[in-house]
Amino acid sequence: MKVLVCISHVPDTTSKINFTDGDSKFDTNGVQFVINPNDEFGLTRAMWFKEKQGASVTVVNVGGAETEPTLRKALAIGADAAIRVNTEAKDGFQVAKELAKVVQDGGYDLVIAGRESIDYNGAMVPGMLSELTGANFVTNCISLEIDGTSAIAVREIDGGKETVATSLPLVIGGQKGLVEESDLRIPNMRGIMMARKKPLNVVEASVTETETSSIKFEKPEPKGAVTLVDAGNLDELVNLLHNEAKVI
Amino acid sequence: MSVLVYTESENGKFKKTALEVASYAKAVANQLGTTVTAVTVNATDTSELGNYGVDKVLNISNSALEKFNAKSYAAVIKQAAEKEDAQVVVVSQSADSKYLAPILAIGLNAGYASNVMEAPSSTSPFTVKRTAFTNKAFNITTINTAIKVVGVSNNSFGLVENSGSASAEDFAPALPESGVTVQSIDRATDKVTIADAEIVVSAGRGMKGPENWGMIEELAEVLGAATACSKPVSDLGWRPHGEHVGQTGKPVASNLYIAIGISGAIQHLAGINASKVKVVINTDPEAPFFKAADYGVVGDAFEVVPALIEKLKAFKAANA
Repeated sequence: MKVLVCISHVPDTTSKINFTDGDSKFDTNGVQFVINPNDEFGLTRAMWFKEKQGASVTVVNVGGAETEPTLRKALAIGADAAIRVNTEAKDGFQVAKELAKVVQDGGYDLVIAGRESIDYNGAMVPGMLSELTGANFVTNCISLEIDGTSAIAVREIDGGKETVATSLPLVIGGQKGLVEESDLRIPNMRGIMMARKKPLNVVEASVTETETSSIKFEKPEPKGAVTLVDAGNLDELVNLLHNEAKVI
Repeated sequence: MSVLVYTESENGKFKKTALEVASYAKAVANQLGTTVTAVTVNATDTSELGNYGVDKVLNISNSALEKFNAKSYAAVIKQAAEKEDAQVVVVSQSADSKYLAPILAIGLNAGYASNVMEAPSSTSPFTVKRTAFTNKAFNITTINTAIKVVGVSNNSFGLVENSGSASAEDFAPALPESGVTVQSIDRATDKVTIADAEIVVSAGRGMKGPENWGMIEELAEVLGAATACSKPVSDLGWRPHGEHVGQTGKPVASNLYIAIGISGAIQHLAGINASKVKVVINTDPEAPFFKAADYGVVGDAFEVVPALIEKLKAFKAANA
């Protein structure tokens, strides 16, 4: 089984969110980038398919050279090879189309992406990719078993979960549950050394069109200070929630 | 030309998000000078949609669509959009609609903007405001294609009543090979879901153990709220994973979010800060949640929560 894991290169959750160039670009100054958490759960599940079922695991990112340390980290965790599509990611459609070409050129059976990235939260790319490549698609996926070309997946739904049967080729929008937090792997020295020798292939972009354009960013109004209510005066809290906030 | 809206129903009844996206579709239609058509799947009574600005309903009744399937649902909405010559297709951001929207967008060769907060600021170019960086910023985006798909964030636009009536007709689109078959669904049907809840009561490690959740559930019951929890609590197995809210858990966009014994780690706040009003109850006045909250009580949950339950019961009785 050939597995492709899509890796988004995202600012760490604790990053300060600022913008430059007239609020049109994210300010990367001083920001630490990480593997998108939803992708990391998928990558770790892919390692299980590699170790238990002999799958080969390739990681891919659509982005500039600055994203390579994130791909190297994925190699250090255990992926066999990496691909970087050398272009700036502009919208979900363009990224999905670039990835579709990688999937078709490489003949991957299973593509694992995160349900969404923690920067743009678009939740667009995995579904678009499945439709562009004619693969089955399960998102919000919290469990995945593969047997031959058959797959059983569990999807989180509003208020519960749903078990589905499907088959390869398959695109997964993964999240926590695919593996647990405690299963995530920190690259060790041997992994880091081996990652340096693993192939990281840079392929040129093939897509020029986008369907949406980011014009600019805005930040929300700063929030006012908290209104503290004395623990002995909860009538006041009820009163505030009813008359001021109007939420009860 | 028209605006098409997919109005989700459950057991035949419309969800609140369906009425919200109908209201949104009406606002877009007014800007474009056109009408709103809703497409529904196995809804029993569609007359309610007229009150939220829908002019026409395409009602699909098909037992093969009884269980949600993203590909099949995307295919029938696509056919409705083609039949109605829709210029804009509006969907909610429920788990199901978020699942089908990217498939639908590719099918229609439409640009898709998700997490949209407001009616378009302009329809030419079609410009919307989306949340980004887990609600720490907004991104102004234009959709440049002839057909646009807009995913409206739950609880962002609100309901706008309209004194209209909707004509209804049956619609029988073709179904594709679905490729994904539901084997079983495990869902508590008697509880309010986090996605649909107006109020969410959430608790963290400050509760000291799963045996102390009775008061959390009682508070939720008094408020008609859903229950949720922080990540450590679900990691410890005190509460089911489905209750975990935060960056890697479920997103919350309720009107009121009450956090009890939750310190307010940045990953937790990232998942809940779309909620409109936040209340924190914590023993530690230095807990970061106090910086994110609108109202706070510094105190022991084991004293504050039971007292609050009594106050709320009295309030409900007085306002019944």
